[in-house]
Amino acid sequence: MTPARYLAGRVLRAVFVVWAAFTLAFAALRLLPGDPVALMLSGRGGFDTLSPRDIARAKAELGLDRPLPVQYGHALLDALHGDLGASLQTGQPVTRMIADALPSTLALGGTALALALTAGSALAVSAHLAVSPAVRQLLRSLPAFAVSLPSFAVGLLLIQLLSVRWHLFPSLGGTGVAGLVLPACTLAIPGAALVAQVLGKSLHTVLREPYADTVRATGAGRARLLLGHGLRNAAIPAVTVVGLLVGYLIGGAVVVETVFSRPGMGRITQAAVATQDLPVVQGVVVLASFVFAVVNLGVDLLYPVLDPRIRATGRLVTS
Amino acid sequence: MSGHGTAPGAVADRTPADDAPVSSGFGAVAGRRLRGVRGATLRHVPRSPGAVLSVLVLLLVLGWAVAPEWFTGQSPTAGTPAERFRPPSGAHLFGTDQLGRDVYARVVHGASLSLRATVVAIAVALVVGILLGLAAGSFGRWADAVIMRLVEVMLSVPPVLLSLTIVAAIGFGTVQVAVAVGVTSVAAFARVMRAEVLRVRTAGYVEATMLLGSRWWRVLFRYVLPAAVGPVLALAALDFGLVVLAIASLSFLGYGEPPPAPEWGALVADGRNYLATAWWLTTLPSLVVTAVVLAANRLSRILETRGERP
Amino acid sequence: MTSAPAGTTRPEAVSQDTPVLRITDLRVGYRTAAGTRTAVDGLDLTAAPGRITAVVGESGSGKSTTAHAVIGLLPPGGRVEHGSVRLEGEELTGLSERAWRDVRGRRIGFVPQDPGVSLDPVKPVGRQVAEVLRVHHLATGRGAAQRAVDLLAAAGLPDPARRSRQYPHELSGGMRQRVLIAMATAARPRLLVADEPTSALDVTVQRQILDHLEALAADTGTAVLLITHDLGVVADRAQHVVVMSRARVVEAGPTREVLADPRHPYTRRLLADVPRLTPRARPATPPAPPAEATSLPRPSPGPAPGSRPAPLSGSAPPVPGPGPASAAGPSGDAPDPGVLLRVRGLTLSFPLRGPGPRRRHLAVDGVGFDIPRGRTLGLVGESGSGKSTTARLVLGLERPEAGTVELDGVDVTAVRGAARRRLHRRVQLVHQNPYASLNPRFTVEELLTEPLRNHRVGDRAQRAATVRRLLDDVALPADVLRRRAAELSGGQRQRVAIARALALGPDLLVCDEPVSALDVTVQARILELLLGLQERHGMAYLFISHDLAVVGQVSDRVAVLRAGHVVEEGATDQVLRTPRHPYTRELLAAVPGRRNPHTPHDPDTPDVPEEEPGETPGEAAARTPHRHDRPTEDTPWS
Repeated sequence: MTPARYLAGRVLRAVFVVWAAFTLAFAALRLLPGDPVALMLSGRGGFDTLSPRDIARAKAELGLDRPLPVQYGHALLDALHGDLGASLQTGQPVTRMIADALPSTLALGGTALALALTAGSALAVSAHLAVSPAVRQLLRSLPAFAVSLPSFAVGLLLIQLLSVRWHLFPSLGGTGVAGLVLPACTLAIPGAALVAQVLGKSLHTVLREPYADTVRATGAGRARLLLGHGLRNAAIPAVTVVGLLVGYLIGGAVVVETVFSRPGMGRITQAAVATQDLPVVQGVVVLASFVFAVVNLGVDLLYPVLDPRIRATGRLVTS
Repeated sequence: MSGHGTAPGAVADRTPADDAPVSSGFGAVAGRRLRGVRGATLRHVPRSPGAVLSVLVLLLVLGWAVAPEWFTGQSPTAGTPAERFRPPSGAHLFGTDQLGRDVYARVVHGASLSLRATVVAIAVALVVGILLGLAAGSFGRWADAVIMRLVEVMLSVPPVLLSLTIVAAIGFGTVQVAVAVGVTSVAAFARVMRAEVLRVRTAGYVEATMLLGSRWWRVLFRYVLPAAVGPVLALAALDFGLVVLAIASLSFLGYGEPPPAPEWGALVADGRNYLATAWWLTTLPSLVVTAVVLAANRLSRILETRGERP
Repeated sequence: MTSAPAGTTRPEAVSQDTPVLRITDLRVGYRTAAGTRTAVDGLDLTAAPGRITAVVGESGSGKSTTAHAVIGLLPPGGRVEHGSVRLEGEELTGLSERAWRDVRGRRIGFVPQDPGVSLDPVKPVGRQVAEVLRVHHLATGRGAAQRAVDLLAAAGLPDPARRSRQYPHELSGGMRQRVLIAMATAARPRLLVADEPTSALDVTVQRQILDHLEALAADTGTAVLLITHDLGVVADRAQHVVVMSRARVVEAGPTREVLADPRHPYTRRLLADVPRLTPRARPATPPAPPAEATSLPRPSPGPAPGSRPAPLSGSAPPVPGPGPASAAGPSGDAPDPGVLLRVRGLTLSFPLRGPGPRRRHLAVDGVGFDIPRGRTLGLVGESGSGKSTTARLVLGLERPEAGTVELDGVDVTAVRGAARRRLHRRVQLVHQNPYASLNPRFTVEELLTEPLRNHRVGDRAQRAATVRRLLDDVALPADVLRRRAAELSGGQRQRVAIARALALGPDLLVCDEPVSALDVTVQARILELLLGLQERHGMAYLFISHDLAVVGQVSDRVAVLRAGHVVEEGATDQVLRTPRHPYTRELLAAVPGRRNPHTPHDPDTPDVPEEEPGETPGEAAARTPHRHDRPTEDTPWS
């Protein structure tokens, strides 16, 4: 497989996934029980009694009286032009809402991603390098513990201790760097645990491969084996975790932004679901799957850099 | 958050090679699988203190769910206004809330809601996932391609968003939340099931039995399903803790039963308004959720490692 | 030898040179859940400079544990419990991890078992060789890279400058083993430990690698400790041999003497069981299927086609197909009624993955042969020669792109569904790997009953009787019926697989490397069994193996396969003695054990009961050193 072909294949897959997520969201929101117009009108409030004429007019306004395939076609075309519809609640264009909220969430997610990757990798490596068995055991059981913590509980505990009690950080709605610390840490803890688990498992496997014995038999020490051979090989299955991690962060942001009353995509999503503001939900899903697809595309392009065998065959080798 | 369940599965351990190189380690692998199925019974579990504690936590919560009145005499919904915001004490183990309701009673009565949701979610994931995986692995290239693309799309939406979308579409409530969470695990179960079907299908012994005249449905029931039970149940056990977590999160966001139903996540969310004055309202229910998730994860990890290494 | 040896040691065993390595009374144990298991017990051994000292034994004998103990890299749980390992007079047992690092690679080089998995897949091989020099501060930077190329050249890697920048997956197995040898010798160690260095390689490559090791020992004075299961390799290459069985040394001494005059019964049996390059001896008369053939489980006796004289052939109805149902067709090229299987022009290719335009690899390219009833055709070839693909084509598991497979004149390449199921009552497979071909969840009884139930043969009682007959046929005791495959030894499993293949009374058994996963002594018993079954039941065999000696022992005719072509086909005797094709000659020359006149000797075969030594259930394949070797109860043989 030529590099161009590998690239083309991966890009095509990413495009497919975004399209499919759009379609799936469209289908879920139109086909499942619940009348969007009734929801919308009641959402805008004020109408205790809806005459059939009102409903019909509203439907025609929104193009909802046309057959589903036509609606779908229009929605898809609009989406391609960057128009994801308007909020049923506020009437604001969904793209505008997203554009306003995105920077804050990107700052939160980016910080948490960096934290999770560094802390998780450091934990996995130190668990393998630690000399004392007790320390090693502790470091190894830490991720399994951290991954079990509900992030709302962690967030609330941090607020309780660090903000309410000791006044170290602003508790709610804080902006700027100080306001970012607690939410980013809350979001990063399960992520770091995930990274540490996957990388740790991968390292464990790699260090038991026969080639690790070959390296030991040449007289190399633990650190050289781990850093020179182990990490690079362990990273190949472990980079997949970056994709998982981003997926987790997108979802986790909903909870964390709610806990810390931070403006952002998560809050928009939380509110949109609470009011069944379907166009907004759909817009968020499409955006999330787009981010997710781009990240996974990056991961796919990273594999051949890390693994010469994929360069040759275009396939992941699991030996 | 149930996305954690899709982390790369355990890679079979390599046994240190001793003598005679000619044959490969098939016997060891087969033997380990066999022991895995036999070994993964509850009778082996409670050995370490952590495991015993985990079992006790889960049994206690199960008791709360089945017979809450045995554990508390107080009402979860009726409050005594005179006893608002009492900190934890002998009379009120977890204190009281803004309406003077006993928080411990609310947690105990909330257990059945949480547990029911968990069971529904895992059932949805198991049934749909197994059927999809079985179809993908058995019915040839077209079915496989279509189903696996679908699974790929499901995995391409972050799990929390996927369940939020479903909740937005089908409405709020314990069962709705459970279904929404269950759907996010479907993809993982379908993948494991398909992988098992394909693994068994290409195993030497299945080719051998096909040569001996076995028909596919027989192979399915006698070979594929028994082999797949182990990994699928291990995944279900692993999923348990994650599902409890995801359901509590959705309930925290306010998509569960309407108040005054004492869902655990909702209890925590209610307490948020009194963070500064009544720490127990958020902290103690949070601790209960954390303890259940930890216990479930701990037990499933034991089951998993028993399965791998007898 | 200072302490009392466990087996027999000849006085000449001690070399006149100062030994590089001297092991005395070594005991290695593995801690397991069930307690400590001794893998090596009371081992004495010396390795002299410039010599090859071989440790030979079957799986679980403790030979590989010995190798790992010498470099201080025992698997988890393993521990040297007693004895001493001295390298140039310095005690190695009890060294700290830091001290070990100066020994490994620098003073002891290690060549591992399987070159396919023993190199770091993500680093160019040159860097891996250079790393050894860096670890021991022998070279740095560019100097190390240049030295690595020199070392690769010295190890016999062609075009070393270019190859050193390549990754392991771009090299062949033999080349990778040369890289590993370059790594092991980079720091000029005094001792080289080679743990089965060639057993994962084809014979022709094996010969080149062993040539290189031999030259290395002779030219540089390095002592080589060669761990192997192959007595032929020992005979050709080693000056000194240590025979191990069940954790103990049973015999040791100069190779020539030990092989010419084995004193321990185990050594004798091992020697007797080594397959020799001698053609099969069989009675001159063609095997009219004898009367006992009826003892084969004969399901519903179907209508016997007139052209098939053997009672055996009545076991299955003719396969419907485009050709004539009865063999004597009207056309001129009517098949010889004596021919059971006729293969012509068989071709199959697979798409190649890799850079560049899509190409296809011709796995099998115009293969043709005949197998007469009750006879054996041996199909021999190295890896990638297409022999297993040929087997799958004959079995109808793959559909050929061209060519025919005729069973009694009926083309079976196109059959599917019910017709294929009927076909498989007549053509059965004995798989290469008895661990993979038996469902680990089934008991032996279920395994053997399954084909009978599938084809609705007999009622419960009849099936039970048939299963008992099958067990008798393969000489297994009745008590294995309740056991599962995982609880059987490798040899027992292969017997079950054979019994199962016999259950439907086939006319042709396709044996795909049926003994290559087994120890030599077990292998010999299975080959005997296959020969006996053929004599009793008159089946034809298509016997596939990479091992010319094994093929020679069971085959009437031999076909040599190379890159999908049959390069030579003829009577076994002719092919083994007067090969015509150069490739066949190369193959024959590479078979180990031909240099030493003593190897193919026939000692009085000791009266040892047929038992598969050292094998406890599932062990031979498990390759775990644990649990396996129990100390033998053998009294020291004198």
